[in-house]
Amino acid sequence: MRVPRQALARLASPVVVLAVWQIVSAAGLVSERTVPAPSTIADTALELFRDGTLVEAILTSVQRAGAGFLAGAVAGVGLALIAGLSRLGEHAVDPIMQMLRALPLFGLIPLFILWFGIGEAPKVALVALGVAFPLYLNTFAGIRGVDGKLAEVAHVLRLSRIGLVFHIVLPGALPQALVGLRQSLGLAWLALIVAEQINASSGLGFMINNAREFLRTDIVVLGLIVYAALGLLTDAIVRLLERRALTWRKGFLS
Amino acid sequence: MAEGLPVLTADTGTDAGSDPGSGRVAARVRGLTKRFGERTVLDGVDLTIERGEFVALLGRSGSGKSTLLRALAGLDRDTGGELAVDGTVSVAFQEPRLVPWKRVWANVALGLRTDRPRADAERALGEVGLTERGGAWPLTLSGGEAQRASLARALVREPGLLLLDEPFSALDALTRITMHRLVLDLWEKHGPGLLLVTHDVDEALLLADRVLVLDEGRIAHESRVNLPRPRHRDHPDLIGLRSTLLTTLGVTPEGTA
Repeated sequence: MRVPRQALARLASPVVVLAVWQIVSAAGLVSERTVPAPSTIADTALELFRDGTLVEAILTSVQRAGAGFLAGAVAGVGLALIAGLSRLGEHAVDPIMQMLRALPLFGLIPLFILWFGIGEAPKVALVALGVAFPLYLNTFAGIRGVDGKLAEVAHVLRLSRIGLVFHIVLPGALPQALVGLRQSLGLAWLALIVAEQINASSGLGFMINNAREFLRTDIVVLGLIVYAALGLLTDAIVRLLERRALTWRKGFLS
Repeated sequence: MAEGLPVLTADTGTDAGSDPGSGRVAARVRGLTKRFGERTVLDGVDLTIERGEFVALLGRSGSGKSTLLRALAGLDRDTGGELAVDGTVSVAFQEPRLVPWKRVWANVALGLRTDRPRADAERALGEVGLTERGGAWPLTLSGGEAQRASLARALVREPGLLLLDEPFSALDALTRITMHRLVLDLWEKHGPGLLLVTHDVDEALLLADRVLVLDEGRIAHESRVNLPRPRHRDHPDLIGLRSTLLTTLGVTPEGTA
């Protein structure tokens, strides 16, 4: 199979940057303590992978992010359904969500430490909160944005209320909910990184902070690269999900 | 706001005597009124549509013709007067209003309570000449195809009353001619009472048994067209009727020919 010329062209500049970075480091123009050479980082990665440190740190962080995401997603989507599908639910849920939304996420950290201590709970709670709001706002907007004309069609076709929800409202809200999912995953990683900076005895954040104590810039940079890779991975998963779930949209057809 | 309780009956239990021209009533409206605030949109409309009868309803925009159709479709219950419909009511809207995330056949089968909804949907798609497109996504259909799918969705329910809300107005002239023939074929085959809301006088004259003009919420004119189909637009009877209708609609025929 022929590699598309476009893909090759896009690969060229990162490769050049990496090469220049390696040469500059090797020539001793930049100290290893400021920015280590790509080869040093690769060696460190291999070393930490072999002794299990890296895998353990990743697993710990992914578990936190996963637990927080799950809790936040259930809360966000659940509340959006309650608020979106009935006026009573909207009056009950939406004002509170709009008020809570105004609170700065990371400003809550001292409160969370007071409430939950410094174990896993405050980290998971911070991720959950970061996830819940974008999902809530987008799913709610998606439900309310469903074309009223299609609701009329459902009425004329004598669909039940449950039929209306499952055939029209929820599929109609899905594109906007998926936008919310991407936003919330971005926030999930961000919240995790911040939470892990403040107090952690395990995980990627701990690995990075520990490395800082010992002036191991290579491990700090490695940790950042792993965070970025995890973010890209979840984003790719959502994009795959979108392609699967939204094939009916014209833009996805070709 | 409502002057009286609207009576809405949908008797789906009896299907005997539904053959065209049997004189069975598909829809009966008595003194139907509708107000939006201060504005009276329907001002005591009386209308009876029989099974197998093709009625065209003309009117300028704002004359209340869409409001009348929506009342008959059960989309607007906040009306005064009496309204009774016999059998299922189906609607094909101006925009086809297909559900974009359901394939064409699933759109036709949506809400269908038969033993084999998919098979019935595919048969209905066959009737409108869309057999090949059953598995397609609605957004990939052309305007004419989408409107035919919408017709299939309306007809697969075997309605006693079929409401068409300007379904051809967004189509190009050639597609419209094809669609006119298709609607006539399907109407003759299934025999529902049919109400076509349109602002196209020629369309009404070519298709309908009876042409009504709605003006300021009242039926201002009614004509029977007793010509065999297919009709020609320059038939002498139609030329006379056309100018009468245009005058009723407030258009001088000379200026629009």
